[in-house]
Amino acid sequence: MSARRIFARPARFAAIAPYVWMVLFFLVPFAFVLKISLSQTAIAQPPYEPVFDPTAGWDALKAALAALSFDNFRLLASDDIYMFAYLRSLTVAVTATALLLLIGYPIAYGMARLPKRWQAVAMVLVIVPFWTSFLIRIYAWINILQHDGLLNQILLALHLVSQPVVWLSTDSAMYIGIVYSYLPFMILPLYATLAKMEPALEEAAADLGAAPWQVFWLVTFPLSLPGVGAGVLLCFIPIVGEFVIPDLLAGSNSLMIGQTLWLEFFTNKDWPVASAAAIVLLAVLLVPLLLYERLQKRQLEQGR
Amino acid sequence: MTDELPKTHGATGAADGDAVAAGQPLLRIEAVAKTFGTFRAVDGVSLDIKAGEFFALLGPSGCGKTTLLRMLAGFEAPDEGRILLGDKDIAQALPHERPINMMFQNYALFPHLSVRDNIAFGLKRAGMARADIATRVAEMVALVKLEGLEKRKPDQLSGGQRQRVALARALARRPQLLLLDEPLAALDKKLRESTQGELMELQRRLGMTFIIVTHDQEEAMTMASRIGVMKSGKLAQVASPRQLYEAPRSRWIAEFVGDVNLFDGESKLRDGHRLIIGTRDAGALVVAEPREPVGAGRLAVAIRPEKVKLSRHGPVSEAGRETAINRLDGVIADICYLGGTTTYKVKLDTGGTVQASVANNARIDVDAYSLNQHVVAWFTPDDCVVLQS
Repeated sequence: MSARRIFARPARFAAIAPYVWMVLFFLVPFAFVLKISLSQTAIAQPPYEPVFDPTAGWDALKAALAALSFDNFRLLASDDIYMFAYLRSLTVAVTATALLLLIGYPIAYGMARLPKRWQAVAMVLVIVPFWTSFLIRIYAWINILQHDGLLNQILLALHLVSQPVVWLSTDSAMYIGIVYSYLPFMILPLYATLAKMEPALEEAAADLGAAPWQVFWLVTFPLSLPGVGAGVLLCFIPIVGEFVIPDLLAGSNSLMIGQTLWLEFFTNKDWPVASAAAIVLLAVLLVPLLLYERLQKRQLEQGR
Repeated sequence: MTDELPKTHGATGAADGDAVAAGQPLLRIEAVAKTFGTFRAVDGVSLDIKAGEFFALLGPSGCGKTTLLRMLAGFEAPDEGRILLGDKDIAQALPHERPINMMFQNYALFPHLSVRDNIAFGLKRAGMARADIATRVAEMVALVKLEGLEKRKPDQLSGGQRQRVALARALARRPQLLLLDEPLAALDKKLRESTQGELMELQRRLGMTFIIVTHDQEEAMTMASRIGVMKSGKLAQVASPRQLYEAPRSRWIAEFVGDVNLFDGESKLRDGHRLIIGTRDAGALVVAEPREPVGAGRLAVAIRPEKVKLSRHGPVSEAGRETAINRLDGVIADICYLGGTTTYKVKLDTGGTVQASVANNARIDVDAYSLNQHVVAWFTPDDCVVLQS
């Protein structure tokens, strides 16, 4: 009994480690943000009130709690600037994720069908951009997309256009930047599921009379859905909150929620509203996460 | 090993086997070859398969049997030669265009589809009407005794059940030819044996043509009516199981199929219908003259262990003919009890060893031999096979 307990201890610690992590680095900061979102702005340090003062005693704490309100959330709902920012973020994320899936799937499929030793090379090629700083890569795109940049020079040289095209500060530039930056996050999970798929399954489908496109739609694609789900989530969620790429490549006439948050936080110094916007964003992003989780659970149940 | 394999091509290969119904073969493989890089996986194989046959492709791993099967299914295209199904060359046809189905080694069941949808997959692709599909699926489910499991997913089935789904799925389209790639390799021994019987029963009942690939010679011998033994991309011999075992064409086949005692020898002397071969390890051996005349050069005498008899004293020669029986004196060097039989290794006084497999006919055998006991191992000339070494 005692021996078993000794052996069980490290295992039990390993099991609770992720929860400890979640509490320390997600739940606690989340509680701070939630509290700030219920506070009011103040010209003070920190720039909101009330501030909990544990030394002030029970009554002061009660007063502070009573001062919390949902005013900031009401503001978010009443001013359609926020609503538009959320909608734009979701539109950009949906469009970009769809583009990523369309571009990433054939690449991942091609990689998975390469001879084994070339798969490792292809994998390195997909990951290699990470060796350069993300910011430098986005600035490189500014260089490529500017008025006399590489892209326009090529288009002019090929006589595809007669005048330089305006790329920078457009949605096209932003989508190019997002697709470029997130492509590895789409390819890698897709590749992982496609590579471990038994090739005999596709052969069996062909053997049973399925034409190549039927083999893909009836066998390959349905079996790669876990990878599709993972890739879509890995791209969609960070793209919704994306700040740097739209800020550097897109125009300033319509903002994504990440940019709006930045403005509230750093320019307006309105921490409570920024926090409220962040909380709403989190709630919005929970929806696809929960959907994915339920889908996975159902697949597991069907599997059993 | 310096064995030279006789080149077996279609005509001789087919003539070797049991004479099944005459007429045009269902499948004709003509000088088919396939090279991967510099490796010649299949090297000029010609073979006729008759309708209704249960044919086994047997060989060690890497002999090209699976590549040959994959060319029949259409997963590989031959570099040379023709594959005629009826009188149509299908060598370059895509898998989904062939009236041939395959049962895969690890079954390759679609994990996202139920048993029913797995079986119906091929029928749907054939554009069969909904009601007909339901009827056919029910028929197939009954055929492989999977009633009640139609809604299960493959990973909710046992290995044996999965094997049945794979079989039903491959049979559902009623292919002209069913290919089976090591269909029983994933089953345990007991289940494998009972499934062998069921497969044979099914093949006979449906009157279908089966080609099975296996590395298990016992499996091939049990199930197939004809066996093609492959070695290094070539067909080494095509024959019925009995012929393969009793009249192997080469030393390699004799050793690959079952156990065998081999005695290398050279000189030969004719004595009526007998040949006398001087062997290094067992002295002069008398053998029956083979049907095909043996050429000059090194020879080997092959004798199966169960055809070697043991006794405490030499057998009385029939009709006083000294040469009628080969007798070898020796001592028991090793005893291997296998239940139904016991294999004795006899160290011969002439230097070699001979294995004798003796049936354990009685539960209490007071006559069983013991280690170091002096015995006489003997066998008749007719039980010997002379092989070109």
